[in-house]
Amino acid sequence: MPIDGRRPVHLNLMKIRLPVAGWLSIIHRGTGILLFIATPFLIYLLQLSLSGPDNFQRANALLHAPVAIILVVLLLWSITHHLLAGVRYLLLDMDVGVDHPMFVYSARIVMIVSPLVALLLVMVVL
Amino acid sequence: MSRQASGLRAWFIQRVTAVYLSGYLLYFFFRLIAQGSFSANQWHNWFATPVMSLATGLFFWALLLHAWVGIRDVILDYVHPVGMRIVLLSVVVLILAGCGIWVLRLLLLHGAG
Repeated sequence: MPIDGRRPVHLNLMKIRLPVAGWLSIIHRGTGILLFIATPFLIYLLQLSLSGPDNFQRANALLHAPVAIILVVLLLWSITHHLLAGVRYLLLDMDVGVDHPMFVYSARIVMIVSPLVALLLVMVVL
Repeated sequence: MSRQASGLRAWFIQRVTAVYLSGYLLYFFFRLIAQGSFSANQWHNWFATPVMSLATGLFFWALLLHAWVGIRDVILDYVHPVGMRIVLLSVVVLILAGCGIWVLRLLLLHGAG
């Protein structure tokens, strides 16, 4: 133990190497936080979109603003990733896919499918 | 710290709300993709139908609970000073409760078809 009693910490992101399931885990947490932050903005958008045709157009315009487009893509990807990784966790809770190789395969499936679904949603929304 | 959201109870709330949230989102995304684009009227009428209005209200209620359990886990993992924890958890509660009341008001105001 170091003299001041604190445990050593390793947070060198450039050197940390995680298995794919590990990446899924931290991204699941990160997207969760992102979605929490985005929630008030989404409620505002919903409110706007339901407040008459003019406000609906305004909401639509907001989604298509240059700054917003990258945020919309990020948001939709966050939703699909959090959702699919979450489903994987629910299945794991029910002892489905706990063993190799399914444990790794399911993680890879989530990593691949979630941006694809996000892309589909982006095309519909934008 | 938080008797209502600790241990098995929190785990359970997180899972059950997750099932409802994913069910609603599945329906929502399918409808979005199938329809392609909405007019202001179509969009409004969709949310104004009693079932959708109720389901959406439930969605945000479930979202509040789900987010609370999740964010609380994050705070407990990374924030250790008790005072800081109390402050942050209180802020999160205010935000989530505020969102909940906001959505309720929103759905009630725009609920008439």
